Amino acid sequence: MSVRKQKALLVLADGTVFEGLNFGSEGETIGEVVFNTSMTGYQEILTDPSYKGQIVVMTYTQIGNYGINTEDIESGIPNIEGFIAKEFFDFPSNWRSKNDLGKYLKEHNKVCIDGIDTRALTRHLRDNGVQPGIISTEDLNPESLIEKVKKHPEISSIDLVSEVTTKEPYKWDMSLWKPEPAAAGDMKNKSEFRVIVYDFGVKMNILRHLAETGFDVTVVPAQTPPEEVMEKADGIVLSNGPGDPQTVQYAVKTAKKLLGEKPVMGICLGHQILGLALGGKTYKLKFGHHGGNHPVMDLSTGKVEITSQNHNYCVDVASLNGQVELTHKNLYDGTEEGMRHRDMPVISFQHHPEAGPGPNDSGYIFKRFRELIENGR
Amino acid sequence: MPRRDDIKKVMIISSGPIVIGQACEFDYSGTQACKALRKLGYEIVLVNSNPATIMTDPGMADVTYIEPLTLEYMTEIIKKERPDALLPNLGGQSGLNLSSELANAGVLDKYGVKVIGVNIDAIKRGEDRQAFKDTMNHLGIEMPRSDIALSVEQAEEIANRLGLPVVVRPAYTMGGTGGGLVYNLEELRTVTARGLSVSLVGQVLIEESVLGWEELELEVVRDAKNQKITVCFIENVDAMGVHTGDSFCTAPMLTIDGDLQKRLQKYSYDIVEAIEVIGGTNIQFAHDPETGRVVVIEINPRTSRSSALASKATGFPIALVSSLLAGGLTLDEIPYWREGTLEKYTPWGEYVVVKFCRWAFEKFKDAEDKLGTQMRAVGEVMSIGKTYKEAFQKSIRSLENSRYGLGFAKDFNGKSLTDLLEMLREPTSERQFIMYEALRKGAEIDVLYRKTHIKPWFIKQMKELVALEEKLLQHKGKLPPDDLLVQAKKDGFSDKYIAQILNMPEKEIRDKRTSLGSVEAWEPVPVSGVENAAYYYSTYNAPDKVEVSKNSKILVLGGGPNRIGQGIEFDYCCVHAAFTLRDEGYESVMINCNPETVSTDYDTSNKLYFEPLTVEDVLAIYEKEKPEGAIVQFGGQTPLNIAAELEAAGVNILGTSPEAIDLAEDRGRFRKHMAKLNIPYPKSGMASTLDEALLIADEIGYPLIVRPSYVLGGRAMEVVHDEEMLREYVAAAVEISPERPIIIDEFLVNAIEAEADAIADGTDAFVPAVMEHIELAGVHSGDSACVIPPVSIPQKHIETIEEYTREIAIELNVRGLMNIQYAILDDKVYVLEANPRASRTVPLVSKVCNIPMARYAPQIMLGKKLSHLNLKRKPVPHFGVKEAVFPFNMFPEVDPLLGPEMRSTGEVLGMSDNSGLAFFKAQEATKQSLPTEGAILLTVSKRDRASAVEVAKRFDDLGFTIKATKGIHDYLAGQGIHTEQIHKIHEGRPNILDAIANGEINLVINTPSGKESAVDDSYIRKAAIKHKVPYITTTAAAIASAKGIAAYRRTRGEVRSLQEYHKDIR
Repeated sequence: MSVRKQKALLVLADGTVFEGLNFGSEGETIGEVVFNTSMTGYQEILTDPSYKGQIVVMTYTQIGNYGINTEDIESGIPNIEGFIAKEFFDFPSNWRSKNDLGKYLKEHNKVCIDGIDTRALTRHLRDNGVQPGIISTEDLNPESLIEKVKKHPEISSIDLVSEVTTKEPYKWDMSLWKPEPAAAGDMKNKSEFRVIVYDFGVKMNILRHLAETGFDVTVVPAQTPPEEVMEKADGIVLSNGPGDPQTVQYAVKTAKKLLGEKPVMGICLGHQILGLALGGKTYKLKFGHHGGNHPVMDLSTGKVEITSQNHNYCVDVASLNGQVELTHKNLYDGTEEGMRHRDMPVISFQHHPEAGPGPNDSGYIFKRFRELIENGR
Repeated sequence: MPRRDDIKKVMIISSGPIVIGQACEFDYSGTQACKALRKLGYEIVLVNSNPATIMTDPGMADVTYIEPLTLEYMTEIIKKERPDALLPNLGGQSGLNLSSELANAGVLDKYGVKVIGVNIDAIKRGEDRQAFKDTMNHLGIEMPRSDIALSVEQAEEIANRLGLPVVVRPAYTMGGTGGGLVYNLEELRTVTARGLSVSLVGQVLIEESVLGWEELELEVVRDAKNQKITVCFIENVDAMGVHTGDSFCTAPMLTIDGDLQKRLQKYSYDIVEAIEVIGGTNIQFAHDPETGRVVVIEINPRTSRSSALASKATGFPIALVSSLLAGGLTLDEIPYWREGTLEKYTPWGEYVVVKFCRWAFEKFKDAEDKLGTQMRAVGEVMSIGKTYKEAFQKSIRSLENSRYGLGFAKDFNGKSLTDLLEMLREPTSERQFIMYEALRKGAEIDVLYRKTHIKPWFIKQMKELVALEEKLLQHKGKLPPDDLLVQAKKDGFSDKYIAQILNMPEKEIRDKRTSLGSVEAWEPVPVSGVENAAYYYSTYNAPDKVEVSKNSKILVLGGGPNRIGQGIEFDYCCVHAAFTLRDEGYESVMINCNPETVSTDYDTSNKLYFEPLTVEDVLAIYEKEKPEGAIVQFGGQTPLNIAAELEAAGVNILGTSPEAIDLAEDRGRFRKHMAKLNIPYPKSGMASTLDEALLIADEIGYPLIVRPSYVLGGRAMEVVHDEEMLREYVAAAVEISPERPIIIDEFLVNAIEAEADAIADGTDAFVPAVMEHIELAGVHSGDSACVIPPVSIPQKHIETIEEYTREIAIELNVRGLMNIQYAILDDKVYVLEANPRASRTVPLVSKVCNIPMARYAPQIMLGKKLSHLNLKRKPVPHFGVKEAVFPFNMFPEVDPLLGPEMRSTGEVLGMSDNSGLAFFKAQEATKQSLPTEGAILLTVSKRDRASAVEVAKRFDDLGFTIKATKGIHDYLAGQGIHTEQIHKIHEGRPNILDAIANGEINLVINTPSGKESAVDDSYIRKAAIKHKVPYITTTAAAIASAKGIAAYRRTRGEVRSLQEYHKDIR
């Protein structure tokens, strides 16, 4: 926070104003303001396509200290609309760092703000719900900023998936990043199963985990007709992604066609799409789940895992009328975290088993998907 | 899993006296263990030799033993108490080792004692180098690479393989003697050759150097269901090469990416699972910032200094939880404020924690200020801030070393950049302060990084602080611009420091920033493992989020970091003040910044502010909480230093007024009052020039005790025997000026020293006990052994002391505690000094006499009269001997002499029905057991020859061989006592050193010849320490030792609990 002088304002749709200092690019940005409680992992959060359309507040106070590296990314570019912290740092110290956070955000034209009381902001969002906000360095008049936010379309009305999905299909063969060259005993699993991943804003760590679990991975655009992939796949993954599942009806249709035909796994948005495809309902959480420390119980084993989460919507499992069995439950607020179809080879999860950032407790889920395919053979 | 029903009575062995590396963090963890296990319904048998602890208060455990921590005594206690279980991992390394010894000796099996928490095999897997290495190999976790060499050639070959530099460690030598870090082949050859020769088995270990790697620590907790959580990730800002106990740390890790943290967590979980620890474990890693390699350095399967820090940094009471887990509970049965139960715990926080150490190099004249692999710090502080800068600066002003910011320490500002960089060549206790000045002079971040291995991010932060300070300095003599002042406050600059560098009154700075709305605000740190608890820290970076109750409140100011002269005793007093206030219906509000203590435990007070003890921070809390008053007399010197300023700012100081405290410290004013009361007081005077000093010295007559007037606790105090020494002292030891005069006191040669503690209400005083010092006047009371009740002071003098104490207490209008030091010479009692505040001996007196002084004093301060308390002095039918414990083994270059300057870090208590045996047990408890037979070395100065006769007679009667140097040999021969003559070092060989090295001497009695002798005899005392031979440096202590040995040979006595001793006081 050394030499920066440029003032910036953050204004929420309900009129709450925070004054701080500009970080990253100058300009103006609008998005839904959500908070994330991870202590580390800002780079993964920045690049997570699920954050498309959102401005993220980090509740931890010191952000940027370990810089930006080339490995811990979830997509090629930062997808967030804006970034907020108590204090950002553009002078990193870390052996893997290749760039600093300030420069990186500037390179990608991200308008960010720090020097504000993030605890108060977080509490405000908790009490009053997630809402749109605007960060500006150009217009420091709160009144006009409120007008701009109000005019901006609601996130639930936009199809954000089409903004982040890949344009072309591609193969993926990179496993998880390791600090040292793999030891001799550390052989990769043979890639005997082909998996097609529908990219609704997929995080690279999902792809890395799939490769690590021994899948031959192909990623396809969100609107790829199911008929095109059906023959080429032993299993289908419906990925995570940004926004409200109701805005991607084309994906829901695709899912309906895949159900029962191939083993399917849904993650986050993919899970919500499956919920809708099965005829169920989704609902919006007051302030969403965003962080790397959400406890979830695996109801089949009774074990608690600490999970990475990033969603504002949930599947109302009760609305599925007993078609599925609830397999995972959030211990914070009891919301649905995972389900398994009683008749069809379908599993899905609201939280992020791939972590990135966050704990790896749920990594076993990729193995479950593999077993699902193996058992189907 | 529910609580275990197969055990009823649990024994806890704690860590003994405070020493460097093992301090009051174990009072904190042991006290938590007692609380937790008693809550589960177990009966607790607690053993500790340290009387200054809270845990040894008779109410903390069901049965409390203050006995030496040796296999023998533990066996006796087990035999008597027959506990069902032993909890080994809450009493530091001492507790752990002693538990292993008990298991290995078959004692636990014999008496059917189960080990809970961590089992003995697990301790071995964690502690034994080879077993640990095997486990790590099995888990695929790297350790620093190493190999054993039997020759120099082999060492070269290994070093070439590992790459220089390497560490050479000779096998089976204590404390790594003969080894070291080598950078080139030539050094390698020299050090290896030396190492091979000193190693008993002719082996050296050549180990890869991890110097300069990042040092990272995790605190993990595992339960019986194998559920594991990570309490805290700690980053040592000082890289590998500086002991973690000396390192400046942050929590959480600030420059370590999540990926590496996850990797360290996985390793840690694998390790605790393999070792099978139930409870908390500390694991230290080194990470190479060049290649990313991670090696595990060591693990501690027990509570530790780091676990205390981690507990306080996160609000997760590791010792409490570990105890509950040892009692059979699992994490899913223990509450967690965020998510129900603890198995779901994850580190969380919106703040930065900084730990910074407090050293005592200034107390040891010849000690080199250098930090390395051996810990040197005597205490530490922890600070919490919203940002790193804020937390860092708060930690500096918490240190209690008259620094309120990083700049202008010592003479660093006056040095050139070249000099400063040269001073950074090796880590020292001043490194951060030197770096600060180096940055001011334009040092490059990268240059500093290469010199210190401190990560550039931290240096950059410091550089920004320097830049801001430089901007402030442009406004010297006036108030800085508003936005600059506000920014400085946000970045943690203290009012006092801003005032100092701008040469402005502190109050003006405070008033100005207050008018700008820049005021302290507070945020909570919620506590895990219990329901609804939190403590608080201040910040200038957010609005206030802490509510205040409407209850009547009293503020208790704690003692800050441990240091020599101010240790755990004061924490003991503060904790009792908090307990008493609660009992009396007040809300107690504690302020302290020492993470090792019980006073900073979350439930000691109703509300805890984890804050520096400065006027700025205390005043802000006072204004927020609006208490009825503040207690300043329990936290040692720390709160007293700010008492007058607080009072001037409107704080209601409870009990004795700051004015009375000041009066007692002002020797001139005090003398007048003594004259009025007709109480003898040694002659004294103040001098601000050498000539004045010489004049006063002539009037009083030598020897004298001299000291600077502006320091307390015996700093720079010396006994001066003649004019030449006085000239030297004035010339070399102190700056002398009218503002800083020196105090010259008559030294009462061969006087018996005594002291008395009292509780007074302004009109009357109660004296629970008079203590007799073993060492004669001239040795600091904190360093002197002492006995309660007195053994050689005639009753009439004891009565005089009690009477004087009462008179002085009334004269000074003391309300609360008071301690007075006396000397008895030629049948006359002199008062030496009076301290109207809690003293170091309060816990001692309370425990020996069963009079909880620190419980009574707060009641007086709240308005009760002594007559309401109905206190009666009852005869104490047993003896308690306190002995001091010194850190000389950590400072091999220092002459281990006793003098007016205090140098002990801790103390032990020996109790028995016989005073001699109590003395003997006290010595045993210091780990310097007296021999019961064999040979003693007797060399005394000319001054002490007369009293040496009694020493020699007594040891001769006990059948000891006496070896004496020529002078004393001849002198004793003249008295008809036979001794064997032995050579001094310059008189040829074999000499004293050979005899000590060969183990031919079992006890060294050596009184210093002092400065009047041409020959330095400190080598004798240093050799005794090196070879672990007990040593005594005064004839008084030598006589007490002879009596003790005689008593021990007559009867060993039996172990008795404190509760049993107390029952006999009727």
